[in-house]
Amino acid sequence: MEIKVLKVGIIACSGEELPEGTVSRIACRKVLDELRPGQTVTICLPLFIAGGKEEREFASKFPTITVDGCEKLCAAKSTEKLSGKPTRSLLIPEILKKRGVDLPTRRRHLGIEEKTAGQAVAEEIAKAVDEVLE
Amino acid sequence: MSKSKKQVVVLACSGIGKTFGALGREIAYEVVELLRPGVAVITCLPLLMIEDVDAKKLVTENPVITIDGCPFDCARKSVESIGVTVHKGYRAIDFYKAHKDLKPEGIVELNEAGQKLAATAAEELAEEVDRLVAEGNE
Repeated sequence: MEIKVLKVGIIACSGEELPEGTVSRIACRKVLDELRPGQTVTICLPLFIAGGKEEREFASKFPTITVDGCEKLCAAKSTEKLSGKPTRSLLIPEILKKRGVDLPTRRRHLGIEEKTAGQAVAEEIAKAVDEVLE
Repeated sequence: MSKSKKQVVVLACSGIGKTFGALGREIAYEVVELLRPGVAVITCLPLLMIEDVDAKKLVTENPVITIDGCPFDCARKSVESIGVTVHKGYRAIDFYKAHKDLKPEGIVELNEAGQKLAATAAEELAEEVDRLVAEGNE
């Protein structure tokens, strides 16, 4: 019997040092709240360390999409190490390059660059959610 | 001769689910960008989860302040998970408890009251930064 997957876990790197980390937060919140509410859930990345068994089993309960702000891939690597291999791994600089969107420059007091980048990344996450749920 | 500690690492919660996580980040940015630039520094908390060499070196060689957004204390525990002791651990909600007139709201961006609360809390953190720097230079 085939079991239909109903929800996808979105895990943002949320890196505090980089503007791309801020974009990962904007984009993930947009997907969770506006683009695919009800089809997506999230967990704070460091909760894999601080949380319990339930948090560690997150990736075994849900197919996961990780969203990283830089090539260090903290979200993808940590998810794989502490919870389970992500179903899809997205990298913000690659998405922005593909869509011809400028790299963000601010970590807070968001400007047009950060909001545009957040929207572009959110749309790509939503597309990946649809593909995983197909 | 004791080792000179000219920097203090301020690590905030990485949470994207709660207002107090956003408040913690905003406080950290206030300190590192406005109040003590160059002295207080920030790094991405998730770098510690992948045991990034540079991030690990930074928190091993300098005093660390954490600001957590919920009782799970992810920031503090992430630092401790690599064998480093946190010099001062804050919970963002405690700043609100001390300033009930400033109710923070929002996750991606804080409301005006949240911004004011972050600025107020950052003053307290900046004093702690000064204390840790002075201690390191004794």
